[in-house]
Amino acid sequence: MAEAEESPGDPGTASPRPLMRDLKAVGKKFMHVLYPRKSNTLLRDWDLWGPLILCVTLALMLQRDSADSEKDGGPQFAEVFVIVWFGAVTITLNSKLLGGNISFFQSLCVLGYCILPLTVAMLICRLVLLAGPGPVNFMVRLFVVIVMFAWSIVASTAFLADSQPPNRRALAVYPVFLFYFVISWMILTFTPQ
Amino acid sequence: MAAADELTFHEFEEATNLLAETPDAATTSRSDQPTSQGHVAVAVGSGDSYGAEDEVEEESDKAALLQEKQQQQQQQQPGFWTFSYYQSFFDVDTSQVLDRIKGSLLPRPGHNFVRHYLRNRPDLYGPFWICATLAFVLAVTGNLTLVLAQRRDPSIHYSPQFHKVTVAGISIYCYAWLVPLALWGFLRWRKGVRERVGPYTFLETVCVYGYSLFVFIPMVVLWLIPVPWLQWLFGALALGLSAAGLVFTLWPVVREDTRLVAAALLSTVVLLHALLATGCKLYFFQSLPPEHVAPPHQAASLPTNIPLSPTLPRSMAPS
Repeated sequence: MAEAEESPGDPGTASPRPLMRDLKAVGKKFMHVLYPRKSNTLLRDWDLWGPLILCVTLALMLQRDSADSEKDGGPQFAEVFVIVWFGAVTITLNSKLLGGNISFFQSLCVLGYCILPLTVAMLICRLVLLAGPGPVNFMVRLFVVIVMFAWSIVASTAFLADSQPPNRRALAVYPVFLFYFVISWMILTFTPQ
Repeated sequence: MAAADELTFHEFEEATNLLAETPDAATTSRSDQPTSQGHVAVAVGSGDSYGAEDEVEEESDKAALLQEKQQQQQQQQPGFWTFSYYQSFFDVDTSQVLDRIKGSLLPRPGHNFVRHYLRNRPDLYGPFWICATLAFVLAVTGNLTLVLAQRRDPSIHYSPQFHKVTVAGISIYCYAWLVPLALWGFLRWRKGVRERVGPYTFLETVCVYGYSLFVFIPMVVLWLIPVPWLQWLFGALALGLSAAGLVFTLWPVVREDTRLVAAALLSTVVLLHALLATGCKLYFFQSLPPEHVAPPHQAASLPTNIPLSPTLPRSMAPS
């Protein structure tokens, strides 16, 4: 994990980094994802705490009950985890192999943080599902997921597209599209038992 | 420099080989940059002596390929443990990838996919992401057919069936990488029989297979339409296009072999492709019980716990 500049106040002491400072950094990055601007904060001070929190939250909400049979049902916690992290690593490798000049962890950080809109969509879907199934219910969920999917794509493209030469930008962005599409599909097809 | 001498000697050897095959060719020597080695360009004469159009095209393609090969040999090939070795397989632009996809969608008898589109620069981007897209599209549309069927017949139990993603992914990737491996191995084994056209490299074979799978993606999406004969029609069309692309690409390589081997190889390739398409259809798009009209109040109150079993008859007993 990258460290922001070590505070000059604790050289060699065993005191841990202040928790509030880390939480504030994570929160600041959340804001950057929700209101994507051309800023370098996400890239410069990357960290993987935010993506981890988001991934765990998403996986917890998506996992199927143990009452479900093994074959039929939604993804297990581990499956969601694997898809998110393996997908992010694959996209990062793809981007680097195409000749992008973004570092490995920076790209992981951006992709992980841009799952935030979809996690919000998952929360909303779970709340909406409490009202009971029905076609209106489905249309609301579909609308929310589509909007959040577009938001994720726009946010991540704003950060990642500049790192590629212009004649390969589409090649680097398409896997991001596929990645968020799969996550959106998992969110949309979630049915509680 | 000893290395430079070795390179020069190698160039002329290849040039003499090509000259031996095409006596009408004229050689010119270009030494544009004094620091790098001079190229030996072989210009093939006009196609008066050749009858078929694809022969001429093949020769001019080969000349161009020879030039490119020489250029590539002069650059130091990085070792396979370095990152830049793998970067050389992703050295494509968006327009090139789109071009290759178009080439796989419209196979023509004269245009060999490898020589015409790949031009000795196979890429791994296309095969990898086309396989990934196909696997996910299969899982998603298979799931979607279940959703649509449930709307027609609410007694069907809907579940996300996430394990199908894993199955789709593994089967598509195994097909797209193991079958080209077997094909490449077989072609190399029969290499001694052929004099003129060398076999394709492993990456070129993988490329051909990967891009040929692209036409299955729209086919799978069109399979959402729940009309059985239409589904089989789309399947046959897509399979025809895809297999035609494969056959046209492999034909120049196998036509110098014995008839039996050539026919057996091509029919095996087509058969495996057909098996893949049929397997996808049967596994991901299981035929569901025919729709029938349920009374509205019963449809609303039927419990959704009945598992899907297409072979059992449906009973209309009121709940």
